[in-house]
Amino acid sequence: LSLIPGGLDCSISFVSHVLGKVCVHGRQKEILGVLVPRLTELTKSDCIWQRICWRLVECVPERWMEAVVLGFVQRAPGADVLSRLLGNLVVKNKKAQFVMTQKVLLLQYGHTTAVLQNLLGYLSLDSLRRALLLRVLQELLETWGSSSAVKHSPPEQQLYISKAILICLSHLKEPEIESCRQELLTSMMEGVKCHLDSSLPQLRRLGMVVAESISSKINTEGPVLKFEYEEDDETRELKSLLVQTPPLCVPSLPDDESEKAGAALLSVPENNQKSQTAAPLMPDEESDAELDSDDDLIPYDMSEDKELKIKAPVYIRDCIEVLTGSEDVDKWEATIKALESLIRRNPAATREVSVELAKILLHLEEKTCIEGFVELCQRAQVAVLTTDPIPVSKYLTSQFYSLNYSLRQRMDILDVLVLAAQELSCPQFPVKPKHSDAQKPCIQFLPGSDSSKDWRRIVDERIKSKTRRFATGRCHMEPASSPNQFSSVAGHFFFPLIQHFDRPLTTFDLLGEDHLVLGRLVHTLAVLMYLAVNTVAVTAMGKALLEFVWTLRFHMDSYVRQGLLSCISSLLLSVPAELLLADMTEELLETQSWLGDVVEKDPDGDCRRLALQNLLLMENLKKKLEAVPS
Amino acid sequence: MALPPPDPQFVLRGTSAAVHTLHFSCGGQAPDIPVLFSGSENGFIHVWNLKTHRVDTALDGHGGKSVYGLETMGGKDRLLSQGRDQRICLWDLAEGRTSVTDSVFTEHVGFCRCSLVKLAQGRWLMATAAKGLEEVQVLELPSKTSVCTLKPELGAKLGMPMCLKLWQLSCGSQPLLLAGYEDGSVVLWNVTMGKALSQLVCHQEPVMSLDFDSEKAKGISGSSEKVLRIWSLNEQQNLQVYKTHELVNAGISDITIRPDKKIVATAGWDHRIRIFGWKKLKPLAVLDYHTATVHCVSFSDHRTPRERLLAAGSKDQRVSVWSIYT
Repeated sequence: LSLIPGGLDCSISFVSHVLGKVCVHGRQKEILGVLVPRLTELTKSDCIWQRICWRLVECVPERWMEAVVLGFVQRAPGADVLSRLLGNLVVKNKKAQFVMTQKVLLLQYGHTTAVLQNLLGYLSLDSLRRALLLRVLQELLETWGSSSAVKHSPPEQQLYISKAILICLSHLKEPEIESCRQELLTSMMEGVKCHLDSSLPQLRRLGMVVAESISSKINTEGPVLKFEYEEDDETRELKSLLVQTPPLCVPSLPDDESEKAGAALLSVPENNQKSQTAAPLMPDEESDAELDSDDDLIPYDMSEDKELKIKAPVYIRDCIEVLTGSEDVDKWEATIKALESLIRRNPAATREVSVELAKILLHLEEKTCIEGFVELCQRAQVAVLTTDPIPVSKYLTSQFYSLNYSLRQRMDILDVLVLAAQELSCPQFPVKPKHSDAQKPCIQFLPGSDSSKDWRRIVDERIKSKTRRFATGRCHMEPASSPNQFSSVAGHFFFPLIQHFDRPLTTFDLLGEDHLVLGRLVHTLAVLMYLAVNTVAVTAMGKALLEFVWTLRFHMDSYVRQGLLSCISSLLLSVPAELLLADMTEELLETQSWLGDVVEKDPDGDCRRLALQNLLLMENLKKKLEAVPS
Repeated sequence: MALPPPDPQFVLRGTSAAVHTLHFSCGGQAPDIPVLFSGSENGFIHVWNLKTHRVDTALDGHGGKSVYGLETMGGKDRLLSQGRDQRICLWDLAEGRTSVTDSVFTEHVGFCRCSLVKLAQGRWLMATAAKGLEEVQVLELPSKTSVCTLKPELGAKLGMPMCLKLWQLSCGSQPLLLAGYEDGSVVLWNVTMGKALSQLVCHQEPVMSLDFDSEKAKGISGSSEKVLRIWSLNEQQNLQVYKTHELVNAGISDITIRPDKKIVATAGWDHRIRIFGWKKLKPLAVLDYHTATVHCVSFSDHRTPRERLLAAGSKDQRVSVWSIYT
């Protein structure tokens, strides 16, 4: 190829044909691996070679255009190189335009960020192509902002579109932003709304980052939209896309990076040294060696002089008094801090006033600013619930479905039920006070992530342990057993929660708007089911749960579907296999076919994975039953 | 082996309201009864007979509003009281009278106690917070003529004056004023010229109380934090921080240096009175008697050192009187 002399049109089209055919057959990597660097070099300064290259690509027949263009976009080391190689192909050739502006951006989502950068940078580099850039941005924003797309498309695709939007924004110049400011604003508002409605924390964060970026672009002076969310690698990467770095030459890139790294390393120890030398310069106050003429005054004994501590009440009933009536804030604070341990040390006294105490704690509002107020309150509630499970669970579950509670309070009830159930069923697990658990306050923004992650870990471990035991038959040390205290009360926790889910109240509609709470409820039921293993009520619970799952199985919200699949897992793990097959055969078969459906068609990756796990569990059960001699 | 702290010599009960201010008047000659004045939250000023430990007279001059400042002008017959009714009253108590002879309407709605200094026989200078937010007014008594108004410069943002101390180095020299403000700084003012000489940021919280030893040119201030600051005045009339003392519990309501400059007493929010040596602020004693915030401490002006007393008034409506380090 390098031997082609200049100015030969016909031989070029022949080369294009060859190129196209090779690319279509899937050999893009090999041929373009050689071709692109060569062309990059040749076209750097030579106009003629540029034209040759453009002709080359333009002459590729329609049916092979896609493969060639895609190959170029993927292989080109930068947007400017792509621009040199392809010229205005995207404007001249309809197929190329379709591929680059529609297919790659909206219909596919497997390409890397570098590819996106190349493509969108290419569109921005020429004035003819910039119009396309704007059109692309509009279409991307439309997709980003449509609520059905947010609900039904996989998170990976949404991430891809968000990245594309951010890169587009980074390329836009002032006058262009001015011209489409209004549209940007409208689409941003719509998009933010759909994203914040979602139950998945990742989608919410995506929405927030993109909205912030758009707002910062269109409001260069004046207040800018700012959300509160946790920074993580994904958000940082997204934000970095907004800033365009000038294109670096390929060969020198590794050098630059290593130089920068070296320089960074050098400067850091310098800083350390500077701060160290500064520290000793801070002089200690020289104590004057004055004659101590105060010696004639002899000090008295001051050992009693200690910090003032407000004493917390010692009796539960006193605590109730302080929490309901007292104006003394110091005492109120001390009571909150001491409450949990008091409850645990005085079970008999607590049982007398358990429901009252639970009521007070449920409605407790933060009077002063104590650290860890939410956690303290929750631990006290869990303590009350475990001390006197039946009446308190009756109260809490009835309040879950009552009027005039906030969503936060209803979700708190669910959390407390789960924690208490865990404590009752596994006396080995010490209820560790998670002091360093910085995630706990985040429960307010990322609901469910904490308990569902823990839960999944437990289930995964159980699955692993089950299969291993099967294969090698080794026995490991059984932990010391004690009666499962949860068995007598599991029903009281479980059935009231499942009873009224389809009865909407004026302020609370589980099947309608409040699908976030529905998701939490479903996850809670899954955990309760799992913890009820080996209890008497487990079969009845299993049946009820299966029915519940069946009615909700086509729910739109992927968080709810994940919860439903967790319910199935718990069911399969907790209910003894013989009872499962005896009582619930038809339902299980139906569930199996539904699970198969989910594995193939559900847009959410987590749902598919959970469904697959469930199918595996079912397989294991079957094998287990077959292995037992009948 | 250190001795346990002493108990109060006696405790005065009967004010039936929180005690906000105390003032001794015991400098009189033999037939004169030593007296302690106490001002309470219910507006009454009680005159306690220190021999019988009972109330001799109760003065009601502030219309039920709390009395938070008391001074005597040359003996126990002339009393000056400051209350939350925005008035400063001058009383004539000679020969059993209990009348208000004069009053100054300060229009000050805060809690800043006024400060008195004697210029000459029958002439006094009084500094008090005034109507304007950051202003301090200096008046001559008994004529009530205004000497000057001390206003910090615009934008200084000092806040309300919280405590004042007027003094003059010797009889004829210029009177100076130390004022502690809401933003935690202490400012030294020259009263005659009406301008500020020096400013020092002593605390992050409002300065609750201060006192000054003009002989050693050293002062002490306390606030709602856990530190006491000692600062000094150098020859150029500049304030500098001299020492800091960390307290066990936060909050100081009153500080007073004994007239013989040997010890200093602080009244704390943690119900305790602390005694320090003044030279190096060596902690000497912690007097733990009261069951609520101690609002004020005061040393008596007895002529014989052995009779000297320390009184403390608290929110628990009692006045404890101690005899310590005499």
